[in-house]
Amino acid sequence: MNQFTKKFLASAMLGTLLAFSAHAATLNIHNGGDPQSLDPQKLSGDWENRIAGDIFEGLVTEDAKDNPVPGQAESWTISPDGKVYTFKLRDGIKWSDGQPVTAGDFVFAFQRLVDPKNAADYAYLQFTIKNAEKINKGEITDLNELGVKAIDDKTLEITLENPTPYFLNALMHYTAYPLPKHVVEAKGQDWVKIGNIVTNGPYKPVEWVPGSHVTTVKNDQWYGAKDLKIDGAKFFVLEDQEAALKRYRAGEFDILTDFPTDQYEWMKKNLPGQAHVAPFSGLYYYVINSTKPPFADKRVRQALSMAINREVIGPQILGTGELPAYSWVPPGTANYGEPAYVSWKDLPYKDKVEEAKKLLKEAGFGPDHPLTAELKYNTNDNHKRIAVAIASMWKPLGVNVELVNAETKVHYDQLQRGEVQIGRAGWLADYNDPDNFLNLLVTGVQMNYGRWSNPEYDKLIKDGNAETDLKKRAEIFKKAEQLALDDSAALPIYYYVSKNVVSPKIEGFVDNIQDIHRTRWLSMKE
Amino acid sequence: MIKYALRRLLSTIPVLWIAVTACFFVLRLAPGGPFDGERPLPPVILKNLAIHYNLDKPLIQQYLIYVGDLLRGDLGPSFASEDFTVAQQIMIGLPYTFTIGTAAFVLAIIIGVAVGCLGALYQNKTPDYILGALILVGVVLPNFLIAPILQLIFGIHLAWFPVGGWGDGSIKYLVLPIVVLALPHAGRISRITRGSMIEVMNQNFIRTAKAKGIGPRLTVMRHALKPALMPVVSYLGPAASYLLTGSLVVESIFGLPGIGRYFVNAALNRDYGMVLGTVIFYMVLIVFLNLLVDIAYAWLDPKVRNR
Repeated sequence: MNQFTKKFLASAMLGTLLAFSAHAATLNIHNGGDPQSLDPQKLSGDWENRIAGDIFEGLVTEDAKDNPVPGQAESWTISPDGKVYTFKLRDGIKWSDGQPVTAGDFVFAFQRLVDPKNAADYAYLQFTIKNAEKINKGEITDLNELGVKAIDDKTLEITLENPTPYFLNALMHYTAYPLPKHVVEAKGQDWVKIGNIVTNGPYKPVEWVPGSHVTTVKNDQWYGAKDLKIDGAKFFVLEDQEAALKRYRAGEFDILTDFPTDQYEWMKKNLPGQAHVAPFSGLYYYVINSTKPPFADKRVRQALSMAINREVIGPQILGTGELPAYSWVPPGTANYGEPAYVSWKDLPYKDKVEEAKKLLKEAGFGPDHPLTAELKYNTNDNHKRIAVAIASMWKPLGVNVELVNAETKVHYDQLQRGEVQIGRAGWLADYNDPDNFLNLLVTGVQMNYGRWSNPEYDKLIKDGNAETDLKKRAEIFKKAEQLALDDSAALPIYYYVSKNVVSPKIEGFVDNIQDIHRTRWLSMKE
Repeated sequence: MIKYALRRLLSTIPVLWIAVTACFFVLRLAPGGPFDGERPLPPVILKNLAIHYNLDKPLIQQYLIYVGDLLRGDLGPSFASEDFTVAQQIMIGLPYTFTIGTAAFVLAIIIGVAVGCLGALYQNKTPDYILGALILVGVVLPNFLIAPILQLIFGIHLAWFPVGGWGDGSIKYLVLPIVVLALPHAGRISRITRGSMIEVMNQNFIRTAKAKGIGPRLTVMRHALKPALMPVVSYLGPAASYLLTGSLVVESIFGLPGIGRYFVNAALNRDYGMVLGTVIFYMVLIVFLNLLVDIAYAWLDPKVRNR
């Protein structure tokens, strides 16, 4: 055997071994859509969060159950007035290029986030930080006025506008990730390109083929790299859920982050234990325009709400068992406990319909004088099925419904303009706190599509957010929620569920209310 | 011929300009904007985004900026994918679409012409009926139905091929998408070839060839095939432009990173830059492919060449 042949065979064997070992610990995740960017300040989707949260880490991060745990900060203190947070960074934390992560990198990132010229979509999530909103609005031009200061390389101080009990949860969001100042300043907009990008999370991206996948590998500079059980992940772009399920069945994917609801029963029989359906911090609801008659009449809104048979929607119409919603804040939301419920929650459905008929009659509607309503939803099979079902549930009340569908952009444009009588909407929590849901019904808030307005409600939400005692805060919020439910401000229909399919060889996957499952907590059986 | 080709290319410039202009203004008139969605953005953020993408300027000024950039060869930014410009995205997706599309195109021609010729030779006999039925299946069944069936049979049950993805780009990853993409075109080509071949085979010069004692295979290959392919060539232009611009369905089902999904996704996302970029790309490609078809026509038919 000559020298060349020996070298060739040796490298071929080594290559095979490397390829085998790499394959053995690489997680293949069906991730849905194409990421808009790898820059954490330019993201807005959960499919982007999956990648961003693997390659970056904030001061605080999530454990496997989505509870806040120390991330780049090893500890923190909160001032007695709840406004000043002081974080102590871990020793020896580094970017993937070996440069130290400093408090200055956090200051730089927060300043960049709120700088109006960077037009970050989600900057408003950190508007609780002192002067963040004013800077973003251009009312303050000096970025140093932002309430984020580096006391020294290892100490970061964040000052808030008001005490914000969910601030630690908001710090887990990708808008609070640090950025490598040295790389962003050197490379400009191109800092985020593969080859330039430097990250501080457990993994680092090494390949991005738009429309196909993003590949990450272990970041050896991360403080916990030696404990990582997974060497890297491939996040696949594939919006066709049927096709994704086929690829899972063929062993090409280890985790599906969504699946076709009509396949759930089949999966329960044929892939036992692999389909994970769990409560998720999100609410599916109908907006009802309370500024225009006849929906300005509370009795009409309540009648329509009472006549929705929520118990059949999850199990029978969707098939994935979504739980019926009788509250505005989904159960299980942090800092809250049990939510407030509509007073008629436990009535038998027959009685609800009778009561609804009575209410409508009082409002002047009935078989002789039917109520005509337009129900708008964005194009989607499930939205259509639910709309058809609910229209048929309203039929016995003498309500004639015209169903109108439009593509998502048009639908939400109409909702925002208030060009809707009844319209489908949904909300998935940005951070785990009741404020994220209750805020949707505050007067003047953009997402308050039904334009429901109640000064007492607004005051309670304001008071609740100023309260630092979490127990008292929850009580104030619950009063507000009860007020909105009693007035049928909107029609909650069901709480979303997360839908994952997880291969039996994956360990450490824990269902949680935010549906966040970082690769660092997972391992793979041989 | 070169003069003719140049004239054809130049004549497309005003067409392209009209299309871009119409597309630009129609897009802006469509309800919903690029930043509308389930999560409405606060006015301050929307204002910052509008400034960032020049959307705060009067429409006519936006148009002039776009055309100015276009003349410099810049297709502008994509609103939905901030890390890549429109041109970069098209260049990234093109090799994938081109590989699959070219292979499907060649496969469709080979299968279509072969089956069409056999059908004509065995006209109204058993092989003709069997092939005709098979081809009919390819034409009638849409690829969103054929693709999952092939994935189930050859990907999951037999495990001969991966169910989807580009993988390392090796042939095993490409077989199913190429077949799915080629099948309907193979069907149409075979039907055109068969009809045309039957017509040619009844012409006098073929009778003469047969009378001279030339066997049926040689008659077809040497005398009948070339004139019989004329209508096929007319079909190849649109077929090639369809295949080379990518298929939304095939790319979505097989999870391929091609450019087929760009146009539809961009239109749904109101990604103005991407919609215009893909329109321009498609138009240029179609013009180029039609030109190639005309050249092929001239090669096949001397009458066209001498016109």
